Amino acid sequence: MNVVQVPGSLDHQTVDELLDAVASMREQRSLFDARHVRWVDPNGMVALLAAGTVARDRQGTLPRLELPESDDVLGYRSRMGFFREAQGIFEFEGHAPRRGSGPSDVLLEITPIVGNTDVHKVIDRVQASAGAVLASKLDYPATSIVPFSVILSEVCQNIVEHADASGWVAAQAYNWARRLGRFVVVISVMDLGRGFRGSLTDEHSARYGDRWGDTTALEAAFLHGLTRFPDSGRGQGIQQIRRQVQRWNGAITIRSGTARIGQVPDWDDSPPLVDTLKPFPGSQIDIILPARVDE
Amino acid sequence: MSDVPPDPITIDVGSLVQKTVTSLYSHLVTRPTGRAVRMAIETQLSGAGGCSLSLVDLSEVTILDFSCADEVVAKLLQRYLNESIHEAFFVFCGVRELHRDQIQVVLERQQLIAVGETEPGSFELLGAPESAEAASWRTLEEHGLITDEELMEVFPDEQARSVLDRLVERRVAFRSPVSGRYHALSRLVQHLL
Repeated sequence: MNVVQVPGSLDHQTVDELLDAVASMREQRSLFDARHVRWVDPNGMVALLAAGTVARDRQGTLPRLELPESDDVLGYRSRMGFFREAQGIFEFEGHAPRRGSGPSDVLLEITPIVGNTDVHKVIDRVQASAGAVLASKLDYPATSIVPFSVILSEVCQNIVEHADASGWVAAQAYNWARRLGRFVVVISVMDLGRGFRGSLTDEHSARYGDRWGDTTALEAAFLHGLTRFPDSGRGQGIQQIRRQVQRWNGAITIRSGTARIGQVPDWDDSPPLVDTLKPFPGSQIDIILPARVDE
Repeated sequence: MSDVPPDPITIDVGSLVQKTVTSLYSHLVTRPTGRAVRMAIETQLSGAGGCSLSLVDLSEVTILDFSCADEVVAKLLQRYLNESIHEAFFVFCGVRELHRDQIQVVLERQQLIAVGETEPGSFELLGAPESAEAASWRTLEEHGLITDEELMEVFPDEQARSVLDRLVERRVAFRSPVSGRYHALSRLVQHLL
């Protein structure tokens, strides 16, 4: 059996470790050991679903998931809708906790994105809570709910329009007291589709010749707005997301295949490009929006 | 034949969105939604004859994403710019700060310009007009109507007059084929606002 040790802190800094581990797994059944997970963010939860799905499809059987020992982590995963989405992906070791019926502090629980109606549902859903969270936690103006919704819409449409497969989105606010000294909102969007290289190859690979690969495909889409559609009105989504994230001094990174590209602000020490990852299907997008700081 | 286009057609985008998708809100998001709304507008215009003026009302739309702005604003304009049988003019009203960035981006990308009501009763030329186009448009906007007799006085410079004709070609000003008068689009829809 493959044993995957899930990082104790499962967030944007460690998801590549988890995805790489799954990318290099053999074709035996897998056990995801998450007993020692003490902290998880939307990237971690959605990455675990993606990793479990890849393991399931590759191995033809449900991987086992050993649940975290921490009640806090379990309860939080439950509130984020992790266990509902994990049905059919993992076989649980232990009992998955039931979701509480009280009010939830979750900004956007894990939501599957299959078609355009799901994007509408996401946008409808965040209208109720996101404005208050952005204002109270990030000190953003009340109107920021609009660009925030536009980011969510465009990033989710990326799955529907380009991935040719389904995916998930989730978002939550955290106090990064030690890491940054302020609140952040973390958005995670992942799919297991054909990835950026797969989407762009037919239209654009020829002009890159031997240099064509995951890195050049990501650069083409992320930096230059290339898209597989010949229509000149297309390809704006990622460019405009980058622009808005930059306005808010946020960070955005996209992993696809063996590469991860990012637009990283001063406060983030992530490298802008990593091209030594293991080949993992689809695209994994991570956006971090920090609280506003007065100049 | 009338000096002005037939009565403007009012198009309530918010209500078109609600007919297009099941939503509690009038959010204009996702490309298929935008495409469906644009096609609904085109259907409304299909019976409008050879010349039409439409007031596209965005006031009930809260969220407008870039994909929808591309479909409902840029592609709509582009579709009729290349249409010789149907000369269609558009004024976008209810363009608030919430929509402005998205509309600007898609217009600039396609090198289009459009007339938008950005504050109640206040109109702007959106997109990326050349400075001469912006200046001529503002002059026409201030006058509302410029007759043949006034033309030389208001636009003594021949180049400025040719810019005015370019604004007509780009469908952000209307010139009567009967009298030759130039009309600011905002004045032609004023009674509907």
